[in-house]
Amino acid sequence: MQNSIKDHAALSEIFNEDEKRVNWHDETLWFVRQKRDKAVQDVTEWEQLREYGSQIKNHTLSSLDDYLIEFEKRATANGMAIHWAADAKEHNEIIAEIIRKNHIKQVVKSKSMLTEECNLNSYLASLGIQVIDTDLGEYIVQLRKEHPSHIVLPAIHLKKEDVSDTFHQYLNTEKGNNNPQYLAEAARQQLRRKFISSELAITGVNFAVAETGGFVVCTNEGNADMGVHAARIHVACMGIEKIIPKAAHLGIFLRLLARSATGQPITVYSSHFHKPRPGQQMHVVIVDNGRTRQLGRPDFRNSLKCIRCAACFNTCPVYRKSGGHSYHNAVAGPLGAILNPNINMRGNADLPFASTLCGSCSNVCPVKIDIHEQLWKWRQVLTDEGYVTFGKKWGMKALSLVVSSPSIYRISGKMGRWIMRHFPSLLANKTVNPWYKQRDMPDAPGQSFRTWYLKNKK
Amino acid sequence: MKVGLFIPCYIDQFYPQVGIATLQLLEKLNCEVVFPLNQTCCGQPMANSGFTGKTGGCNKNFVNNFSNVDYIVAPSGSCVLHIKEHLHTENEVAAKYIRRNIYELTEFMTDILNVEKLPSYFPHKVGLHISCHGQRGLHLSSMSELVTPSFSKPEKLLRLVKDLQIVLPQRSDECCGFGGTFCVVEESVSVKMGKDRINEHEANQVEYITATDVSCLMHLQGILRRKKSRVQVRHVAEILNAI
Amino acid sequence: MNSRKKILNAISRSKPELQQLPEIAIDAEYDYTVLAPQFLNILQTNGATAIWVEDIHTVKEDLQKDIANGKYTVNTIKALGKENEEVDISSNVVDLATVEIAYIWGTLGVAENGSIWLEESQMKNRLLPFICQYLVIVLDVKKIVANMHEAYKQISIEKGGYGVFLAGPSKTADIEQSLVIGAHGARSLKVYLLG
Repeated sequence: MQNSIKDHAALSEIFNEDEKRVNWHDETLWFVRQKRDKAVQDVTEWEQLREYGSQIKNHTLSSLDDYLIEFEKRATANGMAIHWAADAKEHNEIIAEIIRKNHIKQVVKSKSMLTEECNLNSYLASLGIQVIDTDLGEYIVQLRKEHPSHIVLPAIHLKKEDVSDTFHQYLNTEKGNNNPQYLAEAARQQLRRKFISSELAITGVNFAVAETGGFVVCTNEGNADMGVHAARIHVACMGIEKIIPKAAHLGIFLRLLARSATGQPITVYSSHFHKPRPGQQMHVVIVDNGRTRQLGRPDFRNSLKCIRCAACFNTCPVYRKSGGHSYHNAVAGPLGAILNPNINMRGNADLPFASTLCGSCSNVCPVKIDIHEQLWKWRQVLTDEGYVTFGKKWGMKALSLVVSSPSIYRISGKMGRWIMRHFPSLLANKTVNPWYKQRDMPDAPGQSFRTWYLKNKK
Repeated sequence: MKVGLFIPCYIDQFYPQVGIATLQLLEKLNCEVVFPLNQTCCGQPMANSGFTGKTGGCNKNFVNNFSNVDYIVAPSGSCVLHIKEHLHTENEVAAKYIRRNIYELTEFMTDILNVEKLPSYFPHKVGLHISCHGQRGLHLSSMSELVTPSFSKPEKLLRLVKDLQIVLPQRSDECCGFGGTFCVVEESVSVKMGKDRINEHEANQVEYITATDVSCLMHLQGILRRKKSRVQVRHVAEILNAI
Repeated sequence: MNSRKKILNAISRSKPELQQLPEIAIDAEYDYTVLAPQFLNILQTNGATAIWVEDIHTVKEDLQKDIANGKYTVNTIKALGKENEEVDISSNVVDLATVEIAYIWGTLGVAENGSIWLEESQMKNRLLPFICQYLVIVLDVKKIVANMHEAYKQISIEKGGYGVFLAGPSKTADIEQSLVIGAHGARSLKVYLLG
């Protein structure tokens, strides 16, 4: 993976060198979008559900501290140990401490984008603690030492041949056997041994319920449950925004989540945890890591409503045709483009521009995050902060001058068209003019509309 | 009813025929059309690039040109959307008036003029490209993502044209990839998106591709010409005005 | 200042003005004769086998057949006869890993998505519905509700400490979007609708 380049445009260009592969990636994700469409069309009250989901999340953010306190109180009464981590470093240290205290050697982990965001695996590896990702997609990318390219379908960028090669190398499966059933069975056998022998299991949290002091974890594979019910310690990691007020609200969110994510009416397993089983430790690590800063940005706080369905990824033509790795972050796609600049503005100044602002993302968002409007607003912030190239800055200054003055506008237009007609090679140049790389220039007419109007109508 | 004709900068400079068709069409529909001579641009290229702060002069000029009409009509969904969402000046009363009374052409013809028939003739197979800002911003048509009743102002008008055969691609509202400065800043993805749109239209064997936005058409035309395709582009105004 | 205080203070400073919770009002069907076919249909689509039987006899017979076949079958349902007492809260993981077939009683079913709410008290051990190779659930047809809103009205999720909505055999599509039934949880799900 191109770790050194951290610019979406440059990485996308590399991705687009293999057009066949881009087509395959694009079609695969479009198919997921179509499955989503089919599932939501079956729910006549779908738009009402989105509105409810949006309003519940809006309300929750406006009382976030109260709900977190309520959750902590009830979860503690239920027998859970609650930890608070201000940032990724603290999150990692808290988990390492639990591991160390209990003399754990092997850890299994089900899907948690938060732990990706905090780089937990490499931190624990540096301490000699082995973490095994048990979600099949994450397991595959972990073996390949890659990052996931999608928050719900981590290995969507890989073909079965890639998986076969990886499993042959690490699990001794038959070389060249690409059968998904065969490969999945090999992973089942291997990971089953790990589940049975693991002492500590880490999961994410899809929803934490303040009213009851519990949380819900959704999977299709059953890997979260296989890990936690076998292990004597369950560590659940959640961002502060995962909290919802009441159990009844799960009715709304569980109806929205899987349909938006994969087109299923619900995931195979929606596990509700309230008390550790006798003899088991249950820990919840509540993490900030920049979320409170985002909460304080009126234009961007709605990004915290996200329930991590990735519908925005699947619908985004730019994501589909540039791939998750082009976003150089744990969270890619349109969601990543509105979350990542909050964490590191300079490093992620390219992301809000990796979009045509088509608005499809906002339409598929189950909680009505105004994603494409936030992308536009991030562009203003990044420009104000100075994260813009010299060329762009001066180009825009010049443009602004031209369009503020009718006479300069007219002269520039006339001159520009004259040059295009008489010196076409100036612009018909792939090095100087990026438009011209794969597109012809438009014709340069002899007269503008205004000139025609004056001649014919006045 | 006095209609102020707003012709976006790139139409004025590169596609005057679209402006001409728009003017002629509105006059055929009995509008008194004026073209304010000192208009320039709506400011979208700067605002979308993050330079809203630089649109002051442009906005002022827009308000100066378009304050004495009942409606402002433009053959461009994205420019109209931009004005509706972002036009603010010292003279906020005038700006508000404009924001409330600016229309994209097909929306004006449907919502204000209530056009039920057209004396137009265009005996060709035409692929309809749904331009994003007009659709998702101005609600010119229903959106494939939502569970809502189906409708389309541009399509309804096009179906009034004699012998015109309209076809939609399978991905009816996927973006063409123009996106303003995106088209050069993210050139590879932009062109890939355009090529994919074109492939669907070519599979439908259309003679023309039409849309409510010339920006989409300019981008698609660039790709079509580079591959020496026989498919041409026409703005909806040109087709609705065709005889 | 500790992190808890830091975070709560930061939230208090940054949060928006209070917005109201919405009043949720969603229609539901209550006739189980309408809901049951929908439930069965979606369960089948989810990859499960689902049959509607008049009474518990068929299930009892099938359980006996499974035991007779020599596969390690665990029954946790009193109404089906002898329960496997060796499976309880303190069961050893290694022992549970040898379970081939498990019979568990479902508390409630949801027609819109084919899911069944399983409670800890019914599964005897939290790992059982996941670690068995083949899962069988028995559910009273009159306990099918239309949608998740109705389901949450009827259950209390904090009772017992653990519960799960289970909607089919485990599955994955992580290998080039090819659907594989049988991932880490049970390889299959059979549901008997009683009544």
